[in-house]
Amino acid sequence: MSEFVLETAGLTKEFKGFVAVSDVNLKVRRGTIHALIGPNGAGKTTVFNLLTKFLTPSAGTIHFEGRDITHEAPALTARRGMVRSFQISATFPNLTALENVRIGLQRRLGKHFHFWRSTKSLAALDDQAMALLESVDLAQFAHTVTAEMPYGRKRALEFATTLALEPSMMLLDEPTQGMGHEDIGRVVEVIRKAAANRTILMVEHNLSVVADLCDRITVLTRGSILAEGDYAEVSKNPKVLEAYVGSEDMSDAHH
Amino acid sequence: MQSNMSALERATPLIFIVLFVIGLAAPFFIYPTFLMKILCFGLFACAFNLLLGYVGLLSFGHAAFLGTAGYVCGWMVRDLGLTPELGILAGTLAAGALGWIFGTLAIRRTGIYFAMITLALAQMVYFLALQIKATGGEDGLQGVPRGHLFGLIDLSDNIAMYYLVFAVFCIGFFIIYRTIHSPFGQILKAIRENEPRAISLGYDVAKFKLLAFVISASLAGTAGATKTLVFQLASLTDVHWHTSGEVVLMTLLGGLGTVLGPLVGAATIVSLQSELADTVGSWVTVIMGAIFVACVLAFRRGIVGEIMALVRRAGIR
Repeated sequence: MSEFVLETAGLTKEFKGFVAVSDVNLKVRRGTIHALIGPNGAGKTTVFNLLTKFLTPSAGTIHFEGRDITHEAPALTARRGMVRSFQISATFPNLTALENVRIGLQRRLGKHFHFWRSTKSLAALDDQAMALLESVDLAQFAHTVTAEMPYGRKRALEFATTLALEPSMMLLDEPTQGMGHEDIGRVVEVIRKAAANRTILMVEHNLSVVADLCDRITVLTRGSILAEGDYAEVSKNPKVLEAYVGSEDMSDAHH
Repeated sequence: MQSNMSALERATPLIFIVLFVIGLAAPFFIYPTFLMKILCFGLFACAFNLLLGYVGLLSFGHAAFLGTAGYVCGWMVRDLGLTPELGILAGTLAAGALGWIFGTLAIRRTGIYFAMITLALAQMVYFLALQIKATGGEDGLQGVPRGHLFGLIDLSDNIAMYYLVFAVFCIGFFIIYRTIHSPFGQILKAIRENEPRAISLGYDVAKFKLLAFVISASLAGTAGATKTLVFQLASLTDVHWHTSGEVVLMTLLGGLGTVLGPLVGAATIVSLQSELADTVGSWVTVIMGAIFVACVLAFRRGIVGEIMALVRRAGIR
Protein backbone atom coordinates (compact mmCIF):
# COMPACT_ATOMS: atom_id res chain seq x y z
CA MET A 1 0.00 0.00 0.00
CA SER A 2 1.25 3.40 -0.94
CA GLU A 3 1.81 5.99 1.74
CA PHE A 4 -0.59 8.35 0.02
CA VAL A 5 -4.24 7.37 -0.47
CA LEU A 6 -5.00 10.22 -2.80
CA GLU A 7 -2.64 12.06 -5.11
CA THR A 8 -3.25 14.67 -7.75
CA ALA A 9 -0.76 15.90 -10.30
CA GLY A 10 -1.23 19.20 -12.12
CA LEU A 11 -4.94 19.21 -11.43
CA THR A 12 -6.51 22.10 -13.34
CA LYS A 13 -10.06 23.21 -14.06
CA GLU A 14 -10.99 26.03 -16.38
CA PHE A 15 -14.48 27.40 -16.86
CA LYS A 16 -14.59 29.31 -20.13
CA GLY A 17 -11.28 31.07 -19.60
CA PHE A 18 -11.64 31.42 -15.84
CA VAL A 19 -9.13 29.19 -14.07
CA ALA A 20 -10.86 27.91 -10.93
CA VAL A 21 -8.21 25.36 -10.02
CA SER A 22 -4.65 25.63 -11.26
CA ASP A 23 -1.91 23.01 -11.15
CA VAL A 24 -2.83 21.53 -7.80
CA ASN A 25 -0.54 18.76 -6.55
CA LEU A 26 -2.24 17.39 -3.48
CA LYS A 27 -1.08 14.36 -1.51
CA VAL A 28 -3.22 12.96 1.25
CA ARG A 29 -1.43 10.61 3.60
CA ARG A 30 -3.17 7.41 4.68
CA GLY A 31 -4.92 7.56 8.02
CA THR A 32 -4.70 11.33 8.48
CA ILE A 33 -7.25 14.09 8.72
CA HIS A 34 -6.26 16.57 6.07
CA ALA A 35 -7.83 20.02 5.82
CA LEU A 36 -8.28 22.13 2.75
CA ILE A 37 -8.70 25.76 3.74
CA GLY A 38 -8.65 29.11 2.02
CA PRO A 39 -10.67 32.29 1.55
CA ASN A 40 -14.02 32.25 -0.23
CA GLY A 41 -13.70 31.51 -3.92
CA ALA A 42 -10.32 29.83 -3.53
CA GLY A 43 -11.59 26.76 -5.39
CA LYS A 44 -11.97 24.36 -2.47
CA THR A 45 -15.35 23.02 -3.49
CA THR A 46 -14.22 22.80 -7.13
CA VAL A 47 -11.29 20.63 -6.00
CA PHE A 48 -13.78 18.44 -4.14
CA ASN A 49 -15.97 18.17 -7.22
CA LEU A 50 -12.94 17.20 -9.29
CA LEU A 51 -11.72 14.60 -6.81
CA THR A 52 -15.12 12.94 -6.61
CA LYS A 53 -15.61 13.18 -10.40
CA PHE A 54 -18.62 15.49 -10.26
CA LEU A 55 -16.53 17.71 -12.54
CA THR A 56 -14.04 16.64 -15.20
CA PRO A 57 -10.60 18.23 -14.91
CA SER A 58 -9.27 20.31 -17.84
CA ALA A 59 -5.81 18.89 -17.17
CA GLY A 60 -3.96 16.76 -14.64
CA THR A 61 -4.51 13.37 -13.08
CA ILE A 62 -6.06 11.94 -9.93
CA HIS A 63 -4.84 8.72 -8.36
CA PHE A 64 -6.81 7.00 -5.63
CA GLU A 65 -5.19 3.98 -3.96
CA GLY A 66 -2.60 4.02 -6.74
CA ARG A 67 -5.23 3.76 -9.46
CA ASP A 68 -5.80 6.47 -12.06
CA ILE A 69 -9.42 7.53 -11.57
CA THR A 70 -9.24 10.75 -13.61
CA HIS A 71 -11.81 9.59 -16.14
CA GLU A 72 -14.03 7.35 -14.05
CA ALA A 73 -17.74 7.90 -13.39
CA PRO A 74 -18.58 9.50 -10.01
CA ALA A 75 -20.64 6.53 -8.82
CA LEU A 76 -17.71 4.18 -9.52
CA THR A 77 -15.32 6.36 -7.54
CA ALA A 78 -17.77 6.19 -4.65
CA ARG A 79 -17.86 2.41 -4.94
CA ARG A 80 -14.06 2.32 -4.81
CA GLY A 81 -14.35 3.78 -1.34
CA MET A 82 -13.99 7.54 -1.68
CA VAL A 83 -17.26 9.08 -0.58
CA ARG A 84 -18.09 12.74 -0.24
CA SER A 85 -20.51 14.89 1.68
CA PHE A 86 -21.96 18.13 0.39
CA GLN A 87 -21.86 21.74 1.52
CA ILE A 88 -25.62 21.79 1.90
CA SER A 89 -26.61 18.82 3.99
CA ALA A 90 -27.41 16.06 1.56
CA THR A 91 -30.18 13.85 2.85
CA PHE A 92 -33.30 12.35 1.32
CA PRO A 93 -35.88 14.69 2.91
CA ASN A 94 -39.04 12.60 2.55
CA LEU A 95 -37.51 9.39 3.83
CA THR A 96 -37.08 8.64 7.52
CA ALA A 97 -33.64 8.76 9.12
CA LEU A 98 -33.55 4.96 9.17
CA GLU A 99 -34.43 4.76 5.48
CA ASN A 100 -31.74 7.33 4.69
CA VAL A 101 -29.06 5.18 6.26
CA ARG A 102 -30.51 2.09 4.60
CA ILE A 103 -30.00 3.68 1.18
CA GLY A 104 -26.30 3.68 2.04
CA LEU A 105 -26.35 0.09 3.25
CA GLN A 106 -28.51 -1.25 0.46
CA ARG A 107 -25.87 -1.32 -2.25
CA ARG A 108 -23.81 -3.95 -0.48
CA LEU A 109 -26.89 -6.11 -0.07
CA GLY A 110 -26.99 -6.33 -3.86
CA LYS A 111 -30.77 -6.02 -4.07
CA HIS A 112 -30.98 -2.52 -5.41
CA PHE A 113 -32.37 -3.53 -8.81
CA HIS A 114 -34.91 -5.94 -7.30
CA PHE A 115 -38.20 -4.29 -8.20
CA TRP A 116 -40.19 -7.47 -7.61
CA ARG A 117 -39.30 -7.78 -3.93
CA SER A 118 -41.05 -6.14 -1.01
CA THR A 119 -39.43 -3.32 0.93
CA LYS A 120 -39.77 -5.68 3.89
CA SER A 121 -36.80 -7.59 2.49
CA LEU A 122 -34.71 -4.61 3.61
CA ALA A 123 -35.58 -5.20 7.27
CA ALA A 124 -32.40 -7.29 7.49
CA LEU A 125 -30.51 -4.01 7.35
CA ASP A 126 -32.43 -2.33 10.18
CA ASP A 127 -30.13 -3.45 13.01
CA GLN A 128 -27.07 -2.21 11.18
CA ALA A 129 -28.84 1.06 10.33
CA MET A 130 -29.87 1.56 13.95
CA ALA A 131 -26.30 0.97 15.10
CA LEU A 132 -25.09 3.63 12.69
CA LEU A 133 -27.75 6.06 13.88
CA GLU A 134 -26.74 5.40 17.47
CA SER A 135 -23.10 6.06 16.62
CA VAL A 136 -24.04 9.63 15.70
CA ASP A 137 -26.56 9.95 18.53
CA LEU A 138 -29.65 9.87 16.29
CA ALA A 139 -31.43 6.75 17.55
CA GLN A 140 -34.44 8.75 18.76
CA PHE A 141 -34.94 10.17 15.24
CA ALA A 142 -34.94 6.78 13.48
CA HIS A 143 -38.57 7.00 12.38
CA THR A 144 -38.73 10.75 11.89
CA VAL A 145 -39.08 12.06 8.37
CA THR A 146 -35.77 13.78 7.68
CA ALA A 147 -37.32 17.08 6.55
CA GLU A 148 -38.59 17.54 10.12
CA MET A 149 -35.20 17.10 11.79
CA PRO A 150 -33.12 20.05 13.06
CA TYR A 151 -30.31 21.16 10.75
CA GLY A 152 -27.40 19.94 12.86
CA ARG A 153 -29.02 16.52 13.09
CA LYS A 154 -29.38 16.32 9.32
CA ARG A 155 -25.64 16.72 8.99
CA ALA A 156 -25.12 13.93 11.47
CA LEU A 157 -27.54 11.80 9.45
CA GLU A 158 -25.65 12.51 6.26
CA PHE A 159 -22.53 11.43 8.07
CA ALA A 160 -24.11 8.17 9.22
CA THR A 161 -25.29 7.46 5.67
CA THR A 162 -21.76 7.99 4.39
CA LEU A 163 -20.36 5.73 7.11
CA ALA A 164 -22.80 3.04 5.97
CA LEU A 165 -20.67 2.60 2.86
CA GLU A 166 -17.63 1.92 5.04
CA PRO A 167 -15.54 4.20 2.85
CA SER A 168 -11.77 4.06 3.12
CA MET A 169 -11.72 7.79 2.50
CA MET A 170 -14.25 10.50 3.31
CA LEU A 171 -14.39 13.96 1.79
CA LEU A 172 -16.31 16.37 4.00
CA ASP A 173 -17.36 19.71 2.58
CA GLU A 174 -17.70 22.12 5.51
CA PRO A 175 -19.10 19.65 8.01
CA THR A 176 -19.72 22.29 10.70
CA GLN A 177 -21.17 25.00 8.47
CA GLY A 178 -24.19 26.78 9.90
CA MET A 179 -24.02 24.95 13.22
CA GLY A 180 -24.32 26.12 16.80
CA HIS A 181 -21.56 25.62 19.34
CA GLU A 182 -23.00 22.44 20.81
CA ASP A 183 -23.54 20.78 17.44
CA ILE A 184 -19.99 21.60 16.37
CA GLY A 185 -18.60 19.80 19.40
CA ARG A 186 -20.71 16.77 18.57
CA VAL A 187 -19.63 16.73 14.92
CA VAL A 188 -15.95 17.05 15.84
CA GLU A 189 -16.24 14.00 18.09
CA VAL A 190 -18.05 12.03 15.38
CA ILE A 191 -15.35 12.90 12.82
CA ARG A 192 -12.61 11.98 15.25
CA LYS A 193 -14.25 8.62 15.85
CA ALA A 194 -14.75 7.98 12.12
CA ALA A 195 -11.12 8.88 11.42
CA ALA A 196 -9.88 6.02 13.55
CA ASN A 197 -9.69 3.64 10.59
CA ARG A 198 -9.90 5.85 7.55
CA THR A 199 -8.51 8.90 5.80
CA ILE A 200 -10.42 12.17 5.82
CA LEU A 201 -10.08 15.23 3.63
CA MET A 202 -12.21 18.15 4.73
CA VAL A 203 -12.96 21.68 3.64
CA GLU A 204 -13.52 23.72 6.77
CA HIS A 205 -13.91 27.41 7.57
CA ASN A 206 -13.92 27.08 11.31
CA LEU A 207 -10.21 27.28 12.07
CA SER A 208 -10.50 26.13 15.66
CA VAL A 209 -12.06 22.92 14.34
CA VAL A 210 -9.18 22.62 11.87
CA ALA A 211 -6.58 23.21 14.59
CA ASP A 212 -8.29 20.73 16.83
CA LEU A 213 -8.80 17.91 14.34
CA CYS A 214 -6.44 18.07 11.42
CA ASP A 215 -2.98 16.58 11.04
CA ARG A 216 -2.14 18.43 7.91
CA ILE A 217 -3.43 21.57 6.23
CA THR A 218 -3.33 22.71 2.64
CA VAL A 219 -4.08 26.37 2.01
CA LEU A 220 -5.64 27.21 -1.32
CA THR A 221 -5.92 30.70 -2.82
CA ARG A 222 -7.16 31.58 -6.27
CA GLY A 223 -7.11 27.96 -7.30
CA SER A 224 -3.48 27.27 -6.36
CA ILE A 225 -1.77 25.78 -3.33
CA LEU A 226 -0.27 28.58 -1.26
CA ALA A 227 1.11 26.64 1.65
CA GLU A 228 1.04 23.24 3.28
CA GLY A 229 2.02 21.91 6.67
CA ASP A 230 0.63 21.33 10.15
CA TYR A 231 -1.38 24.03 11.90
CA ALA A 232 1.58 25.63 13.67
CA GLU A 233 3.53 25.97 10.44
CA VAL A 234 0.67 27.21 8.32
CA SER A 235 -0.65 29.71 10.86
CA LYS A 236 2.76 31.40 11.03
CA ASN A 237 3.27 31.55 7.28
CA PRO A 238 3.28 35.24 6.26
CA LYS A 239 1.79 34.47 2.84
CA VAL A 240 -1.13 32.70 4.50
CA LEU A 241 -1.68 35.54 6.93
CA GLU A 242 -1.72 37.98 4.05
CA ALA A 243 -4.24 35.91 2.12
CA TYR A 244 -6.52 35.85 5.14
CA VAL A 245 -6.42 39.61 5.76
CA GLY A 246 -9.93 40.95 5.36
CA SER A 247 -11.60 37.59 5.84
CA GLU A 248 -10.49 35.72 8.93
CA ASP A 249 -7.42 36.34 11.03
CA MET A 250 -5.62 33.05 11.36
CA SER A 251 -3.51 33.95 14.35
CA ASP A 252 -6.62 34.86 16.37
CA ALA A 253 -8.77 32.03 15.22
CA HIS A 254 -7.61 29.40 17.65
CA HIS A 255 -8.78 30.42 21.11
CA MET B 1 -47.65 12.63 12.07
CA GLN B 2 -46.13 9.18 12.38
CA SER B 3 -49.22 7.50 13.77
CA ASN B 4 -51.37 9.10 11.07
CA MET B 5 -49.07 7.90 8.34
CA SER B 6 -49.42 4.41 9.64
CA ALA B 7 -53.20 4.90 10.02
CA LEU B 8 -53.34 5.65 6.31
CA GLU B 9 -51.06 2.72 5.67
CA ARG B 10 -53.22 0.43 7.77
CA ALA B 11 -56.29 1.52 5.81
CA THR B 12 -54.59 0.81 2.47
CA PRO B 13 -55.28 -2.97 2.26
CA LEU B 14 -58.90 -2.31 3.21
CA ILE B 15 -59.24 0.31 0.45
CA PHE B 16 -57.73 -2.13 -2.06
CA ILE B 17 -60.14 -4.90 -1.03
CA VAL B 18 -63.16 -2.59 -1.33
CA LEU B 19 -62.01 -1.41 -4.77
CA PHE B 20 -61.37 -5.00 -5.85
CA VAL B 21 -64.91 -6.02 -4.88
CA ILE B 22 -66.32 -2.96 -6.66
CA GLY B 23 -64.26 -3.94 -9.71
CA LEU B 24 -65.71 -7.46 -9.64
CA ALA B 25 -69.31 -6.27 -9.34
CA ALA B 26 -69.15 -3.20 -11.57
CA PRO B 27 -69.93 -4.73 -15.01
CA PHE B 28 -73.39 -5.73 -13.76
CA PHE B 29 -74.24 -2.10 -13.04
CA ILE B 30 -72.24 -0.07 -15.50
CA TYR B 31 -71.70 -0.49 -19.23
CA PRO B 32 -68.65 -2.85 -19.46
CA THR B 33 -67.00 -1.19 -22.46
CA PHE B 34 -66.93 2.10 -20.58
CA LEU B 35 -65.37 0.39 -17.56
CA MET B 36 -62.79 -1.32 -19.74
CA LYS B 37 -61.81 2.02 -21.20
CA ILE B 38 -61.33 3.41 -17.70
CA LEU B 39 -59.20 0.43 -16.67
CA CYS B 40 -57.02 0.64 -19.79
CA PHE B 41 -56.39 4.36 -19.34
CA GLY B 42 -56.05 3.81 -15.59
CA LEU B 43 -53.22 1.33 -16.13
CA PHE B 44 -51.68 3.66 -18.71
CA ALA B 45 -51.74 6.54 -16.21
CA CYS B 46 -50.42 4.36 -13.35
CA ALA B 47 -47.50 3.31 -15.55
CA PHE B 48 -46.86 6.94 -16.44
CA ASN B 49 -47.03 7.93 -12.78
CA LEU B 50 -44.31 5.42 -11.92
CA LEU B 51 -41.98 7.59 -13.96
CA LEU B 52 -43.22 11.11 -13.17
CA GLY B 53 -44.38 10.56 -9.60
CA TYR B 54 -41.63 8.29 -8.34
CA VAL B 55 -38.58 9.15 -10.46
CA GLY B 56 -39.48 12.74 -11.31
CA LEU B 57 -39.10 12.24 -15.07
CA LEU B 58 -41.74 13.89 -17.25
CA SER B 59 -42.09 11.83 -20.42
CA PHE B 60 -44.08 13.60 -23.08
CA GLY B 61 -44.06 10.63 -25.42
CA HIS B 62 -45.88 7.90 -23.58
CA ALA B 63 -48.51 7.61 -26.32
CA ALA B 64 -45.82 5.97 -28.45
CA PHE B 65 -45.78 2.98 -26.08
CA LEU B 66 -49.56 2.77 -25.79
CA GLY B 67 -49.99 3.02 -29.55
CA THR B 68 -47.12 0.80 -30.66
CA ALA B 69 -48.25 -1.99 -28.38
CA GLY B 70 -51.75 -1.57 -29.81
CA TYR B 71 -50.50 -1.97 -33.37
CA VAL B 72 -48.26 -4.93 -32.53
CA CYS B 73 -51.03 -6.70 -30.65
CA GLY B 74 -53.62 -5.90 -33.32
CA TRP B 75 -51.39 -7.10 -36.13
CA MET B 76 -50.37 -10.31 -34.36
CA VAL B 77 -53.89 -11.22 -33.37
CA ARG B 78 -55.61 -10.28 -36.61
CA ASP B 79 -53.00 -11.18 -39.25
CA LEU B 80 -50.97 -13.88 -37.51
CA GLY B 81 -53.81 -15.43 -35.58
CA LEU B 82 -52.24 -15.25 -32.13
CA THR B 83 -54.42 -15.76 -29.07
CA PRO B 84 -55.32 -12.56 -27.17
CA GLU B 85 -53.06 -13.24 -24.17
CA LEU B 86 -50.08 -13.67 -26.50
CA GLY B 87 -51.11 -10.50 -28.31
CA ILE B 88 -51.03 -8.56 -25.03
CA LEU B 89 -47.68 -10.09 -24.17
CA ALA B 90 -46.23 -9.22 -27.58
CA GLY B 91 -47.52 -5.64 -27.27
CA THR B 92 -45.98 -5.33 -23.82
CA LEU B 93 -42.60 -6.61 -24.99
CA ALA B 94 -42.63 -4.35 -28.05
CA ALA B 95 -43.39 -1.31 -25.90
CA GLY B 96 -40.67 -2.34 -23.46
CA ALA B 97 -38.12 -2.61 -26.27
CA LEU B 98 -39.18 0.76 -27.63
CA GLY B 99 -38.96 2.14 -24.09
CA TRP B 100 -35.41 0.87 -23.84
CA ILE B 101 -34.49 2.76 -27.03
CA PHE B 102 -36.26 5.97 -25.91
CA GLY B 103 -34.79 5.67 -22.45
CA THR B 104 -31.24 5.09 -23.63
CA LEU B 105 -31.45 8.22 -25.77
CA ALA B 106 -33.24 10.49 -23.30
CA ILE B 107 -32.28 9.40 -19.79
CA ARG B 108 -29.16 11.50 -19.39
CA ARG B 109 -31.20 14.66 -19.79
CA THR B 110 -33.61 15.98 -17.21
CA GLY B 111 -36.53 18.38 -17.00
CA ILE B 112 -37.69 20.09 -20.16
CA TYR B 113 -34.95 18.49 -22.28
CA PHE B 114 -36.04 15.02 -21.27
CA ALA B 115 -39.67 15.90 -22.09
CA MET B 116 -38.70 17.33 -25.48
CA ILE B 117 -36.58 14.34 -26.49
CA THR B 118 -39.34 11.90 -25.59
CA LEU B 119 -41.85 14.07 -27.49
CA ALA B 120 -39.63 14.17 -30.58
CA LEU B 121 -39.12 10.41 -30.54
CA ALA B 122 -42.84 9.84 -30.07
CA GLN B 123 -43.58 12.10 -33.04
CA MET B 124 -41.26 9.95 -35.13
CA VAL B 125 -43.28 6.92 -34.09
CA TYR B 126 -46.46 8.80 -35.04
CA PHE B 127 -45.18 9.55 -38.54
CA LEU B 128 -44.03 5.97 -38.97
CA ALA B 129 -47.49 4.78 -37.97
CA LEU B 130 -48.99 7.22 -40.46
CA GLN B 131 -46.72 6.19 -43.35
CA ILE B 132 -46.02 2.48 -43.20
CA LYS B 133 -48.47 -0.06 -44.62
CA ALA B 134 -48.62 -2.47 -41.71
CA THR B 135 -50.37 0.06 -39.45
CA GLY B 136 -53.07 0.93 -41.96
CA GLY B 137 -52.19 4.65 -41.91
CA GLU B 138 -55.23 6.87 -41.38
CA ASP B 139 -57.55 3.88 -41.18
CA GLY B 140 -55.62 2.10 -38.46
CA LEU B 141 -55.98 -1.60 -37.86
CA GLN B 142 -59.65 -2.36 -37.95
CA GLY B 143 -61.58 -5.49 -37.18
CA VAL B 144 -59.12 -6.98 -34.70
CA PRO B 145 -60.86 -10.09 -33.36
CA ARG B 146 -61.01 -10.47 -29.59
CA GLY B 147 -60.57 -14.22 -30.06
CA HIS B 148 -60.56 -16.88 -27.40
CA LEU B 149 -58.50 -16.49 -24.24
CA PHE B 150 -56.07 -19.46 -24.05
CA GLY B 151 -58.06 -20.74 -27.02
CA LEU B 152 -60.94 -21.49 -24.65
CA ILE B 153 -62.92 -18.51 -23.39
CA ASP B 154 -64.80 -16.50 -26.00
CA LEU B 155 -64.01 -12.84 -25.45
CA SER B 156 -66.65 -11.50 -27.80
CA ASP B 157 -68.80 -11.66 -24.69
CA ASN B 158 -68.37 -8.25 -23.05
CA ILE B 159 -68.48 -9.62 -19.51
CA ALA B 160 -65.73 -12.17 -20.23
CA MET B 161 -63.68 -9.45 -21.90
CA TYR B 162 -64.22 -7.21 -18.89
CA TYR B 163 -62.82 -9.76 -16.47
CA LEU B 164 -59.75 -10.23 -18.65
CA VAL B 165 -59.18 -6.46 -18.67
CA PHE B 166 -59.78 -6.32 -14.93
CA ALA B 167 -57.25 -9.12 -14.36
CA VAL B 168 -54.69 -7.41 -16.61
CA PHE B 169 -55.23 -4.16 -14.74
CA CYS B 170 -54.80 -5.83 -11.35
CA ILE B 171 -51.59 -7.57 -12.41
CA GLY B 172 -50.19 -4.35 -13.90
CA PHE B 173 -51.24 -2.36 -10.85
CA PHE B 174 -49.62 -4.91 -8.55
CA ILE B 175 -46.34 -4.77 -10.51
CA ILE B 176 -46.30 -0.97 -10.18
CA TYR B 177 -47.22 -1.09 -6.50
CA ARG B 178 -44.52 -3.66 -5.87
CA THR B 179 -41.93 -1.67 -7.83
CA ILE B 180 -42.66 1.45 -5.78
CA HIS B 181 -42.43 -0.51 -2.52
CA SER B 182 -39.30 -2.47 -3.35
CA PRO B 183 -35.59 -2.10 -2.66
CA PHE B 184 -35.38 -0.72 -6.21
CA GLY B 185 -38.19 1.73 -5.43
CA GLN B 186 -36.28 3.00 -2.40
CA ILE B 187 -33.34 3.92 -4.63
CA LEU B 188 -35.73 5.57 -7.11
CA LYS B 189 -37.08 7.74 -4.29
CA ALA B 190 -33.53 8.57 -3.23
CA ILE B 191 -32.71 9.65 -6.79
CA ARG B 192 -35.86 11.77 -7.00
CA GLU B 193 -35.10 13.46 -3.69
CA ASN B 194 -31.39 14.11 -4.14
CA GLU B 195 -29.71 12.83 -7.28
CA PRO B 196 -26.13 14.03 -6.57
CA ARG B 197 -26.29 12.37 -3.16
CA ALA B 198 -27.47 9.09 -4.71
CA ILE B 199 -24.50 9.27 -7.10
CA SER B 200 -22.12 10.01 -4.25
CA LEU B 201 -23.39 6.87 -2.51
CA GLY B 202 -22.23 4.86 -5.51
CA TYR B 203 -25.46 4.36 -7.45
CA ASP B 204 -25.37 4.59 -11.24
CA VAL B 205 -28.54 6.65 -11.43
CA ALA B 206 -28.86 6.34 -15.21
CA LYS B 207 -29.34 2.57 -14.89
CA PHE B 208 -32.07 2.98 -12.30
CA LYS B 209 -33.87 5.57 -14.39
CA LEU B 210 -33.60 3.37 -17.47
CA LEU B 211 -35.06 0.33 -15.73
CA ALA B 212 -37.92 2.46 -14.37
CA PHE B 213 -38.48 3.84 -17.86
CA VAL B 214 -38.62 0.35 -19.39
CA ILE B 215 -41.06 -0.90 -16.73
CA SER B 216 -43.24 2.17 -17.27
CA ALA B 217 -43.16 1.82 -21.06
CA SER B 218 -43.90 -1.92 -20.92
CA LEU B 219 -46.97 -1.44 -18.74
CA ALA B 220 -48.16 1.47 -20.88
CA GLY B 221 -47.87 -1.08 -23.69
CA THR B 222 -49.90 -3.63 -21.74
CA ALA B 223 -52.63 -1.02 -21.46
CA GLY B 224 -52.44 -0.20 -25.18
CA ALA B 225 -52.53 -3.84 -26.31
CA THR B 226 -55.48 -4.57 -24.05
CA LYS B 227 -57.30 -1.49 -25.29
CA THR B 228 -56.85 -2.66 -28.90
CA LEU B 229 -58.57 -5.94 -28.06
CA VAL B 230 -61.40 -4.15 -26.26
CA PHE B 231 -62.20 -1.78 -29.13
CA GLN B 232 -60.97 -4.19 -31.83
CA LEU B 233 -59.08 -1.26 -33.26
CA ALA B 234 -55.58 0.22 -33.21
CA SER B 235 -55.58 3.78 -34.49
CA LEU B 236 -53.45 6.88 -34.90
CA THR B 237 -55.21 8.52 -31.93
CA ASP B 238 -53.27 6.23 -29.60
CA VAL B 239 -49.86 7.38 -30.87
CA HIS B 240 -50.87 11.04 -31.15
CA TRP B 241 -49.24 13.57 -28.80
CA HIS B 242 -52.75 14.45 -27.56
CA THR B 243 -52.76 11.11 -25.81
CA SER B 244 -49.35 11.84 -24.25
CA GLY B 245 -50.82 15.09 -22.91
CA GLU B 246 -53.99 13.41 -21.71
CA VAL B 247 -52.07 10.99 -19.53
CA VAL B 248 -50.25 13.92 -17.89
CA LEU B 249 -53.63 15.50 -17.13
CA MET B 250 -55.06 12.24 -15.73
CA THR B 251 -52.07 11.76 -13.46
CA LEU B 252 -52.00 15.36 -12.19
CA LEU B 253 -55.76 15.48 -11.69
CA GLY B 254 -55.84 12.20 -9.78
CA GLY B 255 -52.74 12.86 -7.72
CA LEU B 256 -49.12 12.71 -8.78
CA GLY B 257 -47.04 10.25 -6.83
CA THR B 258 -50.03 8.58 -5.20
CA VAL B 259 -50.73 4.92 -5.88
CA LEU B 260 -54.42 5.29 -6.71
CA GLY B 261 -54.44 8.85 -8.08
CA PRO B 262 -53.84 8.00 -11.74
CA LEU B 263 -56.76 5.54 -11.75
CA VAL B 264 -59.06 8.15 -10.21
CA GLY B 265 -57.79 10.74 -12.70
CA ALA B 266 -58.32 8.38 -15.64
CA ALA B 267 -61.86 7.54 -14.46
CA THR B 268 -62.68 11.23 -14.09
CA ILE B 269 -61.34 12.23 -17.50
CA VAL B 270 -62.84 9.27 -19.37
CA SER B 271 -66.24 9.89 -17.71
CA LEU B 272 -66.15 13.59 -18.50
CA GLN B 273 -65.20 12.93 -22.09
CA SER B 274 -68.00 10.47 -22.66
CA GLU B 275 -70.53 12.70 -20.88
CA LEU B 276 -69.47 15.87 -22.63
CA ALA B 277 -68.93 14.45 -26.10
CA ASP B 278 -72.71 14.27 -26.66
CA THR B 279 -73.54 17.65 -25.17
CA VAL B 280 -70.79 20.14 -26.00
CA GLY B 281 -68.94 18.52 -28.92
CA SER B 282 -65.54 19.96 -29.64
CA TRP B 283 -65.68 22.18 -26.54
CA VAL B 284 -64.38 19.12 -24.68
CA THR B 285 -60.82 20.22 -25.41
CA VAL B 286 -61.45 23.64 -23.91
CA ILE B 287 -63.02 22.16 -20.81
CA MET B 288 -60.10 19.73 -20.40
CA GLY B 289 -57.71 22.67 -20.68
CA ALA B 290 -59.66 24.58 -18.04
CA ILE B 291 -59.54 21.56 -15.71
CA PHE B 292 -55.80 21.34 -16.23
CA VAL B 293 -55.32 25.00 -15.33
CA ALA B 294 -57.60 24.72 -12.29
CA CYS B 295 -55.73 21.61 -11.17
CA VAL B 296 -52.32 23.22 -11.43
CA LEU B 297 -53.42 26.47 -9.77
CA ALA B 298 -55.84 25.37 -7.09
CA PHE B 299 -55.18 21.78 -6.05
CA ARG B 300 -51.76 20.68 -7.05
CA ARG B 301 -51.85 17.48 -5.07
CA GLY B 302 -54.70 16.16 -7.21
CA ILE B 303 -57.88 14.47 -6.00
CA VAL B 304 -56.27 11.60 -4.09
CA GLY B 305 -53.39 13.76 -2.87
CA GLU B 306 -55.82 16.33 -1.42
CA ILE B 307 -57.89 13.63 0.27
CA MET B 308 -54.78 12.12 1.85
CA ALA B 309 -53.66 15.55 3.05
CA LEU B 310 -57.13 16.10 4.60
CA VAL B 311 -57.02 12.75 6.39
CA ARG B 312 -53.57 13.54 7.76
CA ARG B 313 -54.59 16.99 8.92
CA ALA B 314 -57.72 15.62 10.57
CA GLY B 315 -55.53 13.08 12.36
CA ILE B 316 -53.29 15.77 13.82
CA ARG B 317 -56.19 17.60 15.51
